[in-house]
Amino acid sequence: MTESGAVRGPWSDAMRRLRGNRVAIRSACVILVLLLLALVGPFLSAYALDDVDWDHFTIPPSLSSGHWLGTDSIGRDLFVRSLFGLRISLLVAVVATLVSLAIGVTWGAVAGYAGGRLDAAMMRTVDVLYSLPYIFFVIVLTVLFGSGLYLMFIAIGAVGWLTMARIVRGQTLALRDKEFIEAAIVAGVPTARILVRHVVPNVIGPVIVYATLTIPQVILFESFLSFLGLGVQEPLTSLGKLIAEGALEMETSAWMLIVPATFLVMLLASLSLLGDALRDAFDTSQRRPA
Amino acid sequence: MLTLRRLLGALPTLFIIVTVAFFLMRLAPGGPFDEEQSSSADVKRNLEAAYGLDRPLYQQYLAYVGGVLRGDFGPSFRYRNQSVAELIGQGLPVSATLGVFAMLLAISIGVPMGLLAALHHRQFVDHAVTGLSLTAIVLPGFVIAPLLALVFGVYLQWLPVAGWEAGAPKYLVLPVVTLSLPFIAYIARLMRGGLLEVLSAPYLRTARAKGIPGRAILWRHALKPALLPVVSFLGPATAGVMTGSLVVEQVYGLPGIGRYFVQGAINRDYTLVMGVVILYATLIVVLNILVDLAYGWLDPRIRHD
Repeated sequence: MTESGAVRGPWSDAMRRLRGNRVAIRSACVILVLLLLALVGPFLSAYALDDVDWDHFTIPPSLSSGHWLGTDSIGRDLFVRSLFGLRISLLVAVVATLVSLAIGVTWGAVAGYAGGRLDAAMMRTVDVLYSLPYIFFVIVLTVLFGSGLYLMFIAIGAVGWLTMARIVRGQTLALRDKEFIEAAIVAGVPTARILVRHVVPNVIGPVIVYATLTIPQVILFESFLSFLGLGVQEPLTSLGKLIAEGALEMETSAWMLIVPATFLVMLLASLSLLGDALRDAFDTSQRRPA
Repeated sequence: MLTLRRLLGALPTLFIIVTVAFFLMRLAPGGPFDEEQSSSADVKRNLEAAYGLDRPLYQQYLAYVGGVLRGDFGPSFRYRNQSVAELIGQGLPVSATLGVFAMLLAISIGVPMGLLAALHHRQFVDHAVTGLSLTAIVLPGFVIAPLLALVFGVYLQWLPVAGWEAGAPKYLVLPVVTLSLPFIAYIARLMRGGLLEVLSAPYLRTARAKGIPGRAILWRHALKPALLPVVSFLGPATAGVMTGSLVVEQVYGLPGIGRYFVQGAINRDYTLVMGVVILYATLIVVLNILVDLAYGWLDPRIRHD
């Protein structure tokens, strides 16, 4: 953003509002710390993901044993395993969100720009899919694709694009009759190029805001699937899988449940709060005089 | 009249769902009998013949659609000697009990909570309700469920940790509470927002200006329109209850449909998974129609005829 103080674009305006929001700042800090932990944390520990420590089965968190957050029932370090789960969560956040972005933006832009019957048919499809419990489709899709990590991410993303498509379509409809689009049509620019060069860049703002709200959802999906045993498989692990394993041992070793659950809840809470703050910051409908 | 039209309109949707479900499951790599212990080629072939899997795909499809129309979802591939309809018949009462009680609890706590928050806007009650509902939304069911079982089942020993025992009340408490928590939160938020918006509407200002007492304004004029967002949430909420029951039934070991569905997905029990998806889709389509009708009753402006 290069606007000077005198000229206030919508972006710098939103950023200024965001900086004034204490909740947003704190959430962003938590996310940064978690990100950093996920990236470098596993290297700080003496143990690897599936190292079995034969002397320390089922020990509670302690500093002296080197297992800072305890071990599970076969002596694997929970600090390392939880952070690995955090990595999976962050990875699914990126991949699945990009997939749902790609499908949703294309679908919405084409429907909104084409209009007429095609638009009606495409949006009717979205309506039908909307009314169904999409987690069931993710499960069917993961059964279909097998348990490959990236395929599962794509399956999650492939189901989360519906709201994105609606938002983009609405924005595109509003753009379609603008003069610069007409000018492009008159100048003979091909439709695909108009979409890519003129429509999509103009709808990207709300899309980015909605994408940040999608992130906690896809993270939740992945851990939900892994919790049920339908997601990430051994030897990999994820927060959902660790929570499921911890739930089996919780009567004697509550930390096995509480450690991964804390990571997941912290991540989800900070992402949701930041997403809400972003939405509010960009929401021009309730813009107050500054 | 409208009801009939909506019901007829839903038929193509359901037909598409049945079709898509059928072909998706058949496209899946790996058959249901891949992990048979005695998996000699002959045994596998005989099993596939017995379940009709050796016939051409379109014949399987026609046979399946014909069966669904008669309420027959075919035999389960995993639970030998049981049909999918029988399994659903066993699981449905459990899941339905859970779902109905959870929704009743969510409405009877969420609505008053939202009302209180809106009536004490920006006061302590409001902040407490908003904070609580945010917490309940951010805590996923598969975290809450084991935690509640840990606290109330293991530490305090007030309630059983798991089990069903023919739906005895004390076995119901934890699952129903777990299932309803996020919906209490959502309903409270929607109720609060709905009432705040309605209270600032011009027609209520008029009512106040005419000197109608506050209580009468709330019950006679504000409540019905303020309930609109809550009612429209009940459609998606049904889907949410179904999703939530996957977790709740797993954690508390309840013999409901959600458990069969998850097991079916893990075991590639095609017919069971398809049967459950079709059942859920039908339920949701029907409930969405009911929500639309309730909408018309609450808000005359959107009455269709």
